[in-house]
Amino acid sequence: MEIRSVKYRIGKNYGFKALVTLFAFACVIPLLFILFFILKQGITKINWHFLVNVPKPVGELGGGIANALVGSILIIFFSSLIAIPIGVLAGIYLSENRKSRLAYWSRLCVDILQGVPSIVIGIVAYFWIVKPLGGFSAISGSIALAIMMLPIVVRSTEETLKLLPSSLQEAAFALGMPFHRVIFKVVLPVGISGILSGVMLSIARITGETAPLLFTAFGNPYLSFNIGKPMQSLPLLIFNYATSPYDDWKDLAWGASLVLLLWVLLLNIFTKLITRKWKVQL
Amino acid sequence: MDTSVKNAGITRSDLPLRVIHSTPEGIAKAKNRIRRSFRQIRTENVFRQTLVIVGLLMVILVLGILLTLVVQSLPSLKTLGPKYLWGKVWDPVQDVYGALPFLVGTLLSSFLALIISIPFSLAVAIWLGEYYPKGWLPNFLKNAVELIAAVPSVIYGFWGLAVLVPIVRNLEIRLGVSPIGQGIFTSSLILAIMIIPYAASLGRSMIQLVPSQLKEAAFGLGATRWEVIRSVVLPYTKSGLFAGILLSLGRALGETMAVTMVIGNTSLMPKNIFAPGNTMASVIANEFTEADKPVYVSALIELGLVLFLVTVVINLIGKKIIDRFTHD
Amino acid sequence: MESTIIKSRNFNASFGSNHVVKNVNIDIPRNKVIAVMGPSGCGKTTYLRCINRMHELIPGATSSGEMTINDENIYQMHPIFVRLKIGMVFQRPNPFPNLSIYDNVIAGYKLNGIRLPKAERDRVVEHSLTRVALWNEVKDSLTKKGSFLSGGQQQRLCIARAVAMEPEVLLFDEPTSALDPISTSTVEELFHELKTNYTLIIVTHNMQQAARVSDKTAFFYLGELVEYDETKIMFTAPKDSRTQNYITGRFS
Repeated sequence: MEIRSVKYRIGKNYGFKALVTLFAFACVIPLLFILFFILKQGITKINWHFLVNVPKPVGELGGGIANALVGSILIIFFSSLIAIPIGVLAGIYLSENRKSRLAYWSRLCVDILQGVPSIVIGIVAYFWIVKPLGGFSAISGSIALAIMMLPIVVRSTEETLKLLPSSLQEAAFALGMPFHRVIFKVVLPVGISGILSGVMLSIARITGETAPLLFTAFGNPYLSFNIGKPMQSLPLLIFNYATSPYDDWKDLAWGASLVLLLWVLLLNIFTKLITRKWKVQL
Repeated sequence: MDTSVKNAGITRSDLPLRVIHSTPEGIAKAKNRIRRSFRQIRTENVFRQTLVIVGLLMVILVLGILLTLVVQSLPSLKTLGPKYLWGKVWDPVQDVYGALPFLVGTLLSSFLALIISIPFSLAVAIWLGEYYPKGWLPNFLKNAVELIAAVPSVIYGFWGLAVLVPIVRNLEIRLGVSPIGQGIFTSSLILAIMIIPYAASLGRSMIQLVPSQLKEAAFGLGATRWEVIRSVVLPYTKSGLFAGILLSLGRALGETMAVTMVIGNTSLMPKNIFAPGNTMASVIANEFTEADKPVYVSALIELGLVLFLVTVVINLIGKKIIDRFTHD
Repeated sequence: MESTIIKSRNFNASFGSNHVVKNVNIDIPRNKVIAVMGPSGCGKTTYLRCINRMHELIPGATSSGEMTINDENIYQMHPIFVRLKIGMVFQRPNPFPNLSIYDNVIAGYKLNGIRLPKAERDRVVEHSLTRVALWNEVKDSLTKKGSFLSGGQQQRLCIARAVAMEPEVLLFDEPTSALDPISTSTVEELFHELKTNYTLIIVTHNMQQAARVSDKTAFFYLGELVEYDETKIMFTAPKDSRTQNYITGRFS
């Protein structure tokens, strides 16, 4: 075994590590570049007027994203209203029933739901709600987004509850507590941070979703609080105005992009802070 | 906690022995207790049933999606038949529906994105899983990669439109290809960035599962770290890494917004990777609201059905591989 | 006097701020079986892993002092060379699961990128398996995966894998603690054969094993080398009271 070949192997070892390090950190470069670009493009556009006005027609100055902000908040609110109870209950069901056949198929379907492309969910929501109701509406968008939230909420609830020691439930039962009390008064409070982080993650996910809203909420150039009518949302606005040929609309889209980015970032940071208290496998 | 224990009601098997005064008040009290306990048993049953219903709801949801897609595709399935999938021309105005351009667009952009992103995903997975599992710098990288997945796709699309498209246009000028900027290549670039986190994070988990005693055996025989990775870690995690790649692929196939904004939105068959085109997802996004004929709408839905089936199958295969790996 | 192959002078090892091996001075003689015993947590395994520089693979692990093989400083050689001269057998048998028995034995050569002609490879495999008394048992199933063997056979396969590299020293980290009694005695018989060609250092928490197989025994306690002497003397007339207490079972 000559010394030369060992030197070669040692060199190859360092070379490989350098290559891996390079490629690994190279991923961060486009991300940082994108973040700074959005920041640069958008920071000059954001001011109080921007946040409280609706977009103006082409050529008129001023204008803002108030309708999109309100729309996003409303749509997300109703999505959460639908998805959180159902998702948490489903998660409880799956964690309590590990072996039953229905639970197996149910779990499989949750996994399937997680992989369905968002545009497909948009199509389905169109046929389930928009067509029967005769028009686009915020609520149909909320339902589409709720379907997208479900797998995340269900999974994180199930995983959180599975991590809890069974002795917790057994002690409560032994004290004579009925099942629903055991769940709501004993089990859920202990697992609340895991469930909460799943909820926050799902909200962060749908905040940026556009495709499901294309044929449901559809968008609205005016400020509206009516969930039975079309409504604007931040990502929809960005999409429509970014792909338009008008420069002042594009400027609006940059400002909106920065707002959306900050919103999503804050949600994610918040989720991380909660998750740190509780290790959840999502 | 104390109050709930006090009011916790009774176990189902027996009523506690209590002194029941045979006064009207005493009897009323006892009756109330029995009513309360039966009510609790009823509530408990209702709750259990609700759970089952919710569990069932998940299945119904998926079946409903499948059913809706199939039913709404029936018109085009009946009139056009399955050969629409390899028809080369998509011209709704002339009532010609051939989906091949979109299949090609989808496959080209997704696989190109996969090829570009795999070295980066793998590098992150190995760096975090093998070299530096703990520390502030690994945490930074981990969070940064997770952040890539958190950025909304419209923002990727907008940035791609504003920054990547001009760059690609310059590249195309230099290469002598028609300088449009938008096209399959650009969408592959954006997709590649977006899907890195999926294979990376799954890959990292798989690499961390390699039993240390196996690596120690190799080290003990005189192997360098790279040799241990190559001969022990990578063979051991082969299937897990493959599952990660499948996950990334599934994500790429279903991505709509970023792709729509940079792919050029043409229904012509792309001639090379720099040509503009469409994916199944992007053509649905673009043309659904404008589709005026029932066959037109139905043809688009059929694309959605294909997309649904393909992504579901890929994701399930990936999950199955992971399950088998983590239960070995 | 027998020649010394491995020497330690003022050797210390730590995990971060946890000082687990304290000031060890020891001379390991050539072609003998040395047992290293002591209660759990006494530092014996850590010391063993310092000899072939496996200790430093753990993040935060440090060591200081002198450790030499044939008067060459181990910590100034590249770890590859150290491990080619000093092989190791681990507590749990760890044959490579995706390799056949044949490939497992020859794995050391493959990993180090040493290409041998087929005849040479066959010779090495047969030779190593014979050395560990496994050849007759597996010679007809060399292409089968190593995981089909019993625990004792797997461990002997691991010894064969280490022996195939023709090291000068073989380190054993509690090699029989995961084996049944019969496999244990088969492996223990090997030690006697192996010492003609190699120097063996065996960490064990089984006192009787130490008494059975070794020529010299070292007793570690709380990170210190308390006593080191001929095995016979260690077990009949130890000089230190701590050794005495250990072998009489006052603590384990």
